[in-house]
Amino acid sequence: MTETEVFFQQVIIGLSNGMIIALVALGYTMVYGIVELINFAHGDVFTLGGFLALTIIGALGAAAIIDPSTLGDSSNWMLLVGLVLASGVFCGALNMSIDRVVYKPLRRASKLTQLVAAIGVSFILVNIAQFWGGLPMEVFNDGVSATAPKDFPDVLDWQTNLLGEDSAIALRVEDVAIFAITIPLMVGLTLFVKKTRLGRGMRATAQNPVAARLMGIDTDRVISATFAIGGFLAGAASVMYAVFNNSITYQQMGFRAGMDAFTAAVLGGIGSLPGAMLGGVLIGLIRAMSDQYIETRWTNVVVFGVLILILVFRPSGLLGLKQREKV
Amino acid sequence: MAARFASFARGQLIALGALALVPLLDLALPAAGMESLQLAGASRSVVVFAILAIGLNIVIGWTGLLNLGIAAFQAIGAYAFAILTWENYPFQIGFWPALVAAALIGALAGALLGAPTLRLRGDYLAIVTLGFGEIVQETLKNVEVVTQGTKGINPLPAPFGLTSDRAILWFYAYLAILVVVVYLCRNLEFSRMGRQWFAVREDELAARCMGIEPDKAKLKAFAAGSALAAVSGALYAAALGSTAEPASYGFEISILALCIVIVGGIGSITGVLVGAMVMLGITDVLLPLASDKLQDAGIGSTANVFSSPNNYKYLPAPGRPRCSTPSPVSTSRPRDACWSRAMCPAGSSPPA
Repeated sequence: MTETEVFFQQVIIGLSNGMIIALVALGYTMVYGIVELINFAHGDVFTLGGFLALTIIGALGAAAIIDPSTLGDSSNWMLLVGLVLASGVFCGALNMSIDRVVYKPLRRASKLTQLVAAIGVSFILVNIAQFWGGLPMEVFNDGVSATAPKDFPDVLDWQTNLLGEDSAIALRVEDVAIFAITIPLMVGLTLFVKKTRLGRGMRATAQNPVAARLMGIDTDRVISATFAIGGFLAGAASVMYAVFNNSITYQQMGFRAGMDAFTAAVLGGIGSLPGAMLGGVLIGLIRAMSDQYIETRWTNVVVFGVLILILVFRPSGLLGLKQREKV
Repeated sequence: MAARFASFARGQLIALGALALVPLLDLALPAAGMESLQLAGASRSVVVFAILAIGLNIVIGWTGLLNLGIAAFQAIGAYAFAILTWENYPFQIGFWPALVAAALIGALAGALLGAPTLRLRGDYLAIVTLGFGEIVQETLKNVEVVTQGTKGINPLPAPFGLTSDRAILWFYAYLAILVVVVYLCRNLEFSRMGRQWFAVREDELAARCMGIEPDKAKLKAFAAGSALAAVSGALYAAALGSTAEPASYGFEISILALCIVIVGGIGSITGVLVGAMVMLGITDVLLPLASDKLQDAGIGSTANVFSSPNNYKYLPAPGRPRCSTPSPVSTSRPRDACWSRAMCPAGSSPPA
């Protein structure tokens, strides 16, 4: 591969990863925009979405799906969409319940209390994922080693190169699938926030919760909806992450994804929806470039370095201007 | 006016006394016909983490700054201490000078991180410190030339000629250091500096109006807290005879320190001492005990998870030496019992 080809290959990888990060980042930025809480558990909600998807695959019969001869079938596209929806609904419900049970009673508590509560929820979810990985199912290796990373089967014929088998740059089906699923979700979210009544309520609550309540907006319902939507996006992202990486693990997956996504949200300007999307794509690209041109083992340092630099020099982020659109 | 020194508060004396009695009572257990719990090592961990949490208490409890990366300064202290005493490096300056140097390096690191970041809002500062913690950890892992990567720097010379089997003596030596730390902090609390910290915590604007410079006060709090964390790291490394792997100074340790501060009652040194005993009692004594009991009952793999609430940094690699024997139930990989590095007795192989 020539230098240019390597570069474009990394761009493709970075964009694909970046779209996933952006989906998770949207959940952070929406929640922060409304309740000013860094939802530490968000990354672990994301992890559990991956575990649910794998469980569903196992329950439907793993052997039939892993069989390479059926990879191209349209039923597998249906399966993928089904997994995205199922994980999304599950994570949305989970995120909403976490808010109801843990965050809501602490709404007026100090920042420290809320943050520690979120970290506590995060640890609980990590342990749930650990238990989950020990279930006696074929997809979990019969639960022999709960802590080992789990293989996620190819649901589609992912590895086909759309640019032709001879092309040095690989644009695989899975890259396209990620765009085909993430972009409609983002467009849908933007329209939802801009056009619907509930979306208007979200924008109002983000600007000024007290005034919103005075105007007759049921802010509790708006907050619940925000957590549900954020969780839905994280669940969808987790399925995409799983098929892209072919592996899920309770260990570090949520923490890393969470930190990447939070960095993306801050980079774009926390509270801003387009900011989170832009930030996610940028963090994906930065990771890919750092993997290629610095060294893989330094990539996390680069990402955290970016996070600190942004917070120190431009805490409002790239798109977080004065009249930012918070949600 | 001559400086007046405050003596210990009654609660602090009681807590320190209770801690001092723990290993003795434990030794007395066999005489009463019960099995000894081997608490000397755990008690030493209590001291190490109490010092860490006292440092965190200065930052969070007294000055109101959210720091989620205190373990990074513990790591800096541990590695500074190790580099200054390791036989393969030319320094070898001995225990006490290295301990002081580690504290100074920790303070410097705290000031360097604090200077640009302390003006950030509460939760942004929390994220910056969290990120800093991860950066320190990854950097220590990656700069293998200096830090030996995941192997950690070892073996470190034992201070005072203590061997690893003299756990009780280790404990009392460390307890003496803790007493000094508590005494110093007790005096710091009622000094001009301490009152400035409280003022900044309560209301920054009002403090500024009273002639306090909040930025300077915060920076000093950050440096002081980091210095204590570094001391804690140095003591940890000295006791283990190794820095252990960089991952042992991860996010969980910062959170453990935070839990100690919160459990004991935020802002109180006595609280920190009690909190350290409670939290380390749970993580180092009760959970392993419960895990063993469950394993005896034949549900080892459940116990494995049970004993490891947040051990995702300590995933065992196959064949790696562990602090405990492999589980008879789980055949594929060693039992994941060494989830808390504080659990590793000093003599056993540290997580490589």
